[in-house]
Amino acid sequence: MTALLRRIAPQLLTLLAVLVLVTVFFPGFLSVGFSGDRLVGSPIDVLKRGAPVALLAIGMTLVIATRGIDLSVGAVMAICGAVAAAAVDRGWGLGAAIPLALGAGLLCGLWNGFLVAVLRIQPIVATLILMVAGRGIAQLVTAGQILTFSDEGFAFLGSGTFLGLPVPAWAWILAGIVAGLVVRRTALGLLIESVGVNLRASRLAGVDSTVLLVTVYMISGLCAAVAGLIVTGDIRGADANNAGLWLELDAILAVAIGGTSLLGGRFSILASLIGAMIIQSINTGILLAGFPPEFNLVIKAVLVLMILMLQSPRLSDAARGLATRRRRTDEGAAAPRAVKEAPR
Amino acid sequence: MIRTLFASASALVLATAASAQVVGFSQIGSESGWRAAETTVTNQEAEARGIQLQFSDAQQKQENQIAAVRSFIAQGVDAILLAPVVATGWDAVLEEAKEAEIPVVLLDRMVDSDPSLYLTAVGSDLVHEGEVAGQWLVDHVADQPCRVVELQGTTGSSPAIDRKTGFENAIKGHDNIEIVRSQTGNFTRAEGKTVMESFLQAENGGADICALYAHNDDMAVGAIQAIKEAGLKPGEDILVVSIDAVPDIFQAMAAGEANATVELTPNMAGPAFDALKAYWDNGTEPPKFIQTESKLYTQADDPQAEYDRRKDLGY
Repeated sequence: MTALLRRIAPQLLTLLAVLVLVTVFFPGFLSVGFSGDRLVGSPIDVLKRGAPVALLAIGMTLVIATRGIDLSVGAVMAICGAVAAAAVDRGWGLGAAIPLALGAGLLCGLWNGFLVAVLRIQPIVATLILMVAGRGIAQLVTAGQILTFSDEGFAFLGSGTFLGLPVPAWAWILAGIVAGLVVRRTALGLLIESVGVNLRASRLAGVDSTVLLVTVYMISGLCAAVAGLIVTGDIRGADANNAGLWLELDAILAVAIGGTSLLGGRFSILASLIGAMIIQSINTGILLAGFPPEFNLVIKAVLVLMILMLQSPRLSDAARGLATRRRRTDEGAAAPRAVKEAPR
Repeated sequence: MIRTLFASASALVLATAASAQVVGFSQIGSESGWRAAETTVTNQEAEARGIQLQFSDAQQKQENQIAAVRSFIAQGVDAILLAPVVATGWDAVLEEAKEAEIPVVLLDRMVDSDPSLYLTAVGSDLVHEGEVAGQWLVDHVADQPCRVVELQGTTGSSPAIDRKTGFENAIKGHDNIEIVRSQTGNFTRAEGKTVMESFLQAENGGADICALYAHNDDMAVGAIQAIKEAGLKPGEDILVVSIDAVPDIFQAMAAGEANATVELTPNMAGPAFDALKAYWDNGTEPPKFIQTESKLYTQADDPQAEYDRRKDLGY
């Protein structure tokens, strides 16, 4: 437990700092109230709006832990949203739409995994293919239009409320718990880390790295499918051009803020999820603070830069080094005096 | 075999004998619903006038457009319609068209070339669109105080800048109307909804907001959902005015959830063909810019019928 706390302490502190910063600019930020039977307030908005990136970050963490990367998740969101909307539009009902969308996500993951694990194409190139082509596939499904629907059940996935909390918030929290338990209560997490640290050594040690890699990309596809269902349900329409646009970058950023190295190896899903919430707090804070929109991206970039600088190993080493040196100088300053005093 | 050849050859001769005017149309692509509708309407307008339209989709690439225009020149078409993807780099190919004495009409967007290189340009005045939207609000709220939130288009894009300017021009001098919050929603539904949620949050749960001005209908449609989810009535508690007149906003207007929209007509080809006909018939030079009408639609304009009329245009 303490080990876990120590692992996520930097992320928690960062989140706290961001929340304080936003509250300075928008004092009502942390207030939460009840409207009927549901909670309302900016923190709830953060939990809800952060859902797509949080879900993507779960899959992305696992992929990055194997020393891979999945650039296609934004496009996969668009595909799955389009598939679900098309199914509902044809009157097949939600019972068919959800499995079809999740199936599409798994299929996309299988494709990525096949390219990476079997054909041994570098992950950034392999997933770039679907990142570019995926949006085209989604456009084919929606025939280039925003495919709207009026299915209340589907809309509930994106904008409904369950036990006071928005459904999207439940989705990422539950997915996070399930993924966390599965990787940490079984050996799966360890195997993923071993593949990420040294693929060949793991293989020689008997780890079936091919199956493992394909599985990890399929999990990422599944997470993207859920995120795609949420954003599509939220606006009651599948927008092939814009659904999940650039979210792959936010997901990678969430993993990076969460302290998982892009070189693979040790990972923490919880820290990535906190990273996603940090990003969303910044996004929501910028909107609430009321700055002109020209500043949005600059503010976000400066904040992210500051966060990553605080987490930089070089800088923290330097800070630690400075502290030790000062202690040593203090001791050094004291020593000569002792020497001088010795003869007396 | 020979008989089919003859048949098709004679059909060709007949077609030429009917002397249908041939017009080449280089379209940017189909990146938005509006552009798809523009293509559909251009085809319809050409058909109605008995003009034979040669269509070329450039897929957002200038080199494809230049190649298309060159091939139109080589075919010796009677006129060229060009919806330029970017403003610069057209001088050479426009000069080639001029030397071949083929009139070029620009649709929807402008180029930086010398005006003598094209016959005319048909387009909408984006500032005027914003003014029409602002004027509607000024007339609607009369002397009541009104706090407006604004959903801007993509930061730095010309529609966002001009539609903002136009709206501000219209409310200038009416101190009861004030823009209290303005953020970008990137012209998309999802961001329109997200940003509207934060506006509602920041403005006392929406109680302090009197009207929403969105730079396009898609953002307005997203914002309407946010207003509904916050427990307010869009169209009554918060007035909604936007620009473009896409089918979905008419659906919202029919449901009483949106109040007004300003049309960016996809029919740029109609005025272009009219100008071309006058030019072919007696050499009349049209003005260098033909401004399309920015028509205002409100709930009083039978939105359901407008929806039915537009839904199949490819939006």
